[in-house]
Amino acid sequence: MAFYSTNEFKGGLKIMLDGDPYNIVENEFVKPGKGQAFNRVRVRNLKTGRVVEKTFKSGDTVEAADVHDTDMQYLYNDGEEWHFMDPESFEQMTAGEAAVAEAAKWIKEQDICKVTLWNGVPLSIEPPNFVVLAITETDPGLKGDTSGGGGKPATLETGAVVRVPLFVQTGELIKVDTRTGDYVSRAKDA
Amino acid sequence: MRTPVWSPSAQPEHLRARAALLGRVRAFFAAAGVLEVETPLLSQAAVTDPALASLMTRVSLPGFGADRPLYLHTSPELAMKRLLAAGAGPIYQICKVFRDEERGRLHHPEFSLLEWYRPGWDDHRLMDEVAAVVRAALDRPEMRVERITYRQLFIEGLELDPWHTDERELAVAARKAGIADADRLVLDKDGWLDLLLTHCLQAGLGRDGMTFLHDYPPSQAALARIRSGDVPAAARFELYIQGIELANGFHELSDADEQRKRFLSDLDERQRLGRSRPPMDERFLAALEAGLPDCAGVALGLDRLLMLATGVDHIDAVLAFPIERA
Repeated sequence: MAFYSTNEFKGGLKIMLDGDPYNIVENEFVKPGKGQAFNRVRVRNLKTGRVVEKTFKSGDTVEAADVHDTDMQYLYNDGEEWHFMDPESFEQMTAGEAAVAEAAKWIKEQDICKVTLWNGVPLSIEPPNFVVLAITETDPGLKGDTSGGGGKPATLETGAVVRVPLFVQTGELIKVDTRTGDYVSRAKDA
Repeated sequence: MRTPVWSPSAQPEHLRARAALLGRVRAFFAAAGVLEVETPLLSQAAVTDPALASLMTRVSLPGFGADRPLYLHTSPELAMKRLLAAGAGPIYQICKVFRDEERGRLHHPEFSLLEWYRPGWDDHRLMDEVAAVVRAALDRPEMRVERITYRQLFIEGLELDPWHTDERELAVAARKAGIADADRLVLDKDGWLDLLLTHCLQAGLGRDGMTFLHDYPPSQAALARIRSGDVPAAARFELYIQGIELANGFHELSDADEQRKRFLSDLDERQRLGRSRPPMDERFLAALEAGLPDCAGVALGLDRLLMLATGVDHIDAVLAFPIERA
């Protein structure tokens, strides 16, 4: 089992706390001129996404979390789980709803996603920053309106709902920023 | 802001501000009749303070020996006291000091210290002069000064009397104060006091001017003498401005036997903590035996003072090349 001392703390380091994997967001070194030093640390729970503050005595050690990111191709959903494949080794993995979470509404078969693995098991899925998806349903907009002002809701093939300009119609492909959920532009093809 | 790896992390104006600040400090001491001295950065002995980690190097020198360990000083205190014992009179020094395991917004493993000693003075008289030096260095003659005892601060801020409390009560106070995860920490009494001071009280010190925190618990005396009174207190003070600790001073302990006792107890504590047990400074102890004049002394962090002078919030902004670029 690997351990990190507080001297090795820095943003991005993955550690275990109370049995859960955490990512260090921010590490502040606090020390009186004469006396005990502390590390005041903000950490993100990689299972829940919650950010909490922790206080360590400098020099203490914590267990390292076996967490790393890898690019994997999304294959399909069997109704319960999402199946992914490592494009190099062709090894397949499944991820449950807790891991896929919000990514479910953006990803389509064959998309390359960032999969965070904890002890070799998918912990979270990050969709590509931009996806191209077909609109399955939206109200016909007013004819001749190309200003983009106002907008209307549109349901996409993955089930996500985004606001689009009035001139965009059912059946068209659009590019969406998955980090914000915003419409970017019309797209010719995927 | 990203800058190329070869370039300084400080803006040119901040490098000029350092030179100007050093000029004002030297002018102050020249006018006050305090002698500038230099003592070695490398020493055969090392600090015993369990909270400090010395950097060690090895030298091979004709007539001295091969591969002998030398320690980079964490403060020039012991060497300067040897000069005082030799009758140097009031002295000051501006030098780099080195501390391992310290890095952050306010910490850099090598930093500039201004240290000075006043024979015949006590800690209270020296606090007045520290305030005068800071006003001169920052060129802010109007800066306000207040003093508060360590005991008063804890009673007012946390309703806790450090002299009449224990680990259990301090741990409860830390939890109540909302210090994240306080119940997981294993600390001794001084550790809990340090935690509460740094996390709950310090930010309010020196909010509009300078605050001197003084009369520390005897267990935190370091190299200060103990004063008897309502409760026995260490004749030690720290200066805070805008919540930043800037200086630490003592009415200096001059009793050689008591000093040796404290060094030995430090070394035992270091051993208990699994830290190195460096050679203690016998030349310094011999100087105390020969006679250290009654005196007060203080060390002031110049990089932090410069941070206040320039209004920056990271020490790297006042350093030409921080360790990552050194």
